[in-house]
Amino acid sequence: MAWLVKGARLLDPARGIDRTGDLLIDGGKIARIGGEIRADGEPETIDAKGCVLAPAFVDMHVHLREPGREDAETIESGTRAAAAGGFGAVACMPNTDPPLDSQGAIRFVLERAEEAGPVRVLPIGCITAGRRGERLAEIGDLVRAGAAAISDDGSWVESPLLMRRALEYARMFDIPVVTHAEDKRLSAGGVMHEGEMSLRLGLRGIPAESEVVAIERDVRLADLAGGRLHVAHVSTAEGVAVVRRAKERGLPVTAETAPHYLAQTDRCLAGYDTNRKMNPPLRTAADRDALREAVADGAIDAIATDHAPHPLHEKEVEFDAAPFGVVGLETALAVLLTYLVRAGHLPLPRLVECMTSAPARILGLDLPGLAEGRDASLVLFDPDGSWVVDPSRFESISRNTPFAGERLFGEIKALFLGPRRIVPRPKSGGGFLFPDEEAK
Amino acid sequence: MKLARKDLLGLEGVAREEIELILNTAGTFKEVLQRKIPKVPTLRGKTAVNLFFEASTRTRVSFELAEKRLSADSVSIAKAMSSAEKGETLLDTVRNLQAMKIDFLIIRHPASGAPHFLASRLDAAVINAGDGAHEHPTQGLLDLFTVRERFGSFEGLRIVIVGDVLHSRVARSNVFGLRTVGARVTLCGPRTFLPKGIEALGVEIETDVDRAIEGADVVMVLRIQKERQDGCFLPTLREYAVLFGINRKRADRLKPGCLIMHPGPINRGVEIEPEVADGPRSVILDQVTNGVAVRMAVIYLLSGGEVEHGVVG
Amino acid sequence: MTARRTVLEQREMHWVVTRLSHEILERNRGIRDLVVVGIRTRGAHLAARIVREIEAIEGHRVPLGILDITLYRDDLQDVGPQPVIRGTDIPFDIEEKVVVLVDDVLYTGRTVRAALDEIIDFGRPKRIWLAVLIDRGHRELPIAADFVGERLQTAENEVVEVMVTEEDGEDSVYMREIAK
Repeated sequence: MAWLVKGARLLDPARGIDRTGDLLIDGGKIARIGGEIRADGEPETIDAKGCVLAPAFVDMHVHLREPGREDAETIESGTRAAAAGGFGAVACMPNTDPPLDSQGAIRFVLERAEEAGPVRVLPIGCITAGRRGERLAEIGDLVRAGAAAISDDGSWVESPLLMRRALEYARMFDIPVVTHAEDKRLSAGGVMHEGEMSLRLGLRGIPAESEVVAIERDVRLADLAGGRLHVAHVSTAEGVAVVRRAKERGLPVTAETAPHYLAQTDRCLAGYDTNRKMNPPLRTAADRDALREAVADGAIDAIATDHAPHPLHEKEVEFDAAPFGVVGLETALAVLLTYLVRAGHLPLPRLVECMTSAPARILGLDLPGLAEGRDASLVLFDPDGSWVVDPSRFESISRNTPFAGERLFGEIKALFLGPRRIVPRPKSGGGFLFPDEEAK
Repeated sequence: MKLARKDLLGLEGVAREEIELILNTAGTFKEVLQRKIPKVPTLRGKTAVNLFFEASTRTRVSFELAEKRLSADSVSIAKAMSSAEKGETLLDTVRNLQAMKIDFLIIRHPASGAPHFLASRLDAAVINAGDGAHEHPTQGLLDLFTVRERFGSFEGLRIVIVGDVLHSRVARSNVFGLRTVGARVTLCGPRTFLPKGIEALGVEIETDVDRAIEGADVVMVLRIQKERQDGCFLPTLREYAVLFGINRKRADRLKPGCLIMHPGPINRGVEIEPEVADGPRSVILDQVTNGVAVRMAVIYLLSGGEVEHGVVG
Repeated sequence: MTARRTVLEQREMHWVVTRLSHEILERNRGIRDLVVVGIRTRGAHLAARIVREIEAIEGHRVPLGILDITLYRDDLQDVGPQPVIRGTDIPFDIEEKVVVLVDDVLYTGRTVRAALDEIIDFGRPKRIWLAVLIDRGHRELPIAADFVGERLQTAENEVVEVMVTEEDGEDSVYMREIAK
């Protein structure tokens, strides 16, 4: 099967490509890139005027919940959600049950991903055995089995000595140590950002400082240990400032934030909507603005969804009782296009960078993208196509999105992964098929 | 002026006119309560359910009396007998209540926002009888009623609230209500009990209780929950009593006519000395009496007709 | 709105109130145990006038009460925000008293029913009499007035409007037709 994508905006910022043209995929590879391609044979022609063709997105922070919570998400449903959101690869966090702290667990994820479909799954192993924060996991084994990074996401490694050793040890494998920067002794039972809104709502607050002091400590330990530190889900202006200073000092520190922190603030919690409860929490408008700036100027390298599915019945409870986390794979691009690009806070090429080459570099992947001869890993989207977020249409098993009912701009048209083309089912209107065509 | 809302979930966002309507109506009900037969047939055929997930004798009895004095049928469910003990979720509770076609749900719950959860899913009028550290609007209203009864208006009054503001829903409702009707509010307590940024609510902060209560028109004393004595917020209750307790010496220095209020139940000897609680400045028992009239007013005003679903307030 | 016709002018209204006061005194043989209670809004003003008339005649002021029957209405179940209550004020004991209940217009009898229920919640009077300025018929309950200022033959699509200076700036009674 061959496809000729015609008249798209070909966008691959890491390779300096941004122009209108055609692209031919043949036999699962990018056969030609050009102004106007006349192909031999009879490739299926896709009129892509007004659409963008870019490297398939990479999400370096998702929770696929398998093994352990297959009622919330499975590797199969999670990768389907990823494909629907334009992602060709996702890195999944190890806070499963059991946690991904053994070779066997990493292999299990990779096997299940292989069966599930063409979206690549990059398992992240635990830093500490059982995520208990007591002793190092068998990091070398995890890497040999295929772990792309290590993280105790969901928990901070509280012991500074253990974190130092983890950073030192991980250097041997050149993998990043991904820190969930939150000192829970300071956020003590908090359920939302501590500030005027938590005061008004009578909810226990999580101060920004619980993130800031944790990032600050980890940055200093990275300096001491010399390892690569990646800060997950930065949510505060001060957290950004710490990362920025570390980079200015030349430390090997990278950082990500999530679409919801770039779009919403703690004011969105006025109705106690548990689908807006996540950790770290939605912060103030000042934090959101600082994050937008940091994404634009590179202080924050990547945008990752922190896709955290939870079944409906767990979220339809009192705010205090609801678990933290929101799904994000299927809304990420549209949220970012709507709130950042269309609103003039971020040029589209930088957004594509944050969702492709930046996370790929951090995870040590081959640079995906628009180069002749490479395996196809491409996403085609219409940046102006608008749709209303209807969680019942999600591919994900879970529906806990903070954007339900919102009209967003940015529609995924197709994902090309090797010999396969995935066309997401329409976000609005009828149809329940999820066509997945394989090359003949 | 009519009360055009389905529920009463808090005093934040309730307009001055609405508060005045409730207080005026409560005045009428206070007269009803003094009749030989202190009961009116107004809500015959209506059903109220009092769902209390936290122990509270005073508030529950006050609501029950208010419902009965209005001739509504009322049922009270305390936590111990409720299905919550059997693992029933709040959502199950909602579905059952909806199926029972009740008219009023009065809810007390340890989680802030639980009444909002119910209000957005039920046709019944939901009245918040205290949710977590959020609000306790009928307590705020009865405090306002008691103050207005004594002073005639809120013009120029300075009201001091002393105690654990951080965890107090009574403090929040009073702050929102009192600021709306134009009173000056000073919050006083240990710095650990004064949430960061609380000045944004238009209040003054004072950590020296003697300075705070000097010249005050009303001193509202909040209950110090014994479980806060974990050494993190307060070194000891003894130290709290020394630094912030309203004792006779402090009460004697209050200006003439200054009222002392307390939402109850009282920890005698901690936040307030027994002689002060029972002394001439204390209107603590008036608060209890007024509570029934105010709750009758709220129930009566919410009993009217269709209002847009899910109006939060 | 259709044209209205005058039923009573100011002077005529005054005469009627005076006559009602005399009739009440005559029936009660003086002011002994007599109390007057008016139904809000216009009944309360008429009650106050009757009390003044009686004082002018007898030299003694009989107790005056005001009744707000809102809480006793039988149509509160109807859809719409609840009416504002302005309150009942009966600052005296009605036990063993002769209560003269005053209203402006007697029509279906439902208001009087509510008023009787409310009065009885204050105690057990010896007797309750009903005095009305206008009786326009069309009763829906077995209720009759003891003292009537003026009986009017009306159709159901007609309204009787009693104006009092305290509320409306004039003393008069009109009748007019409303579209069905």
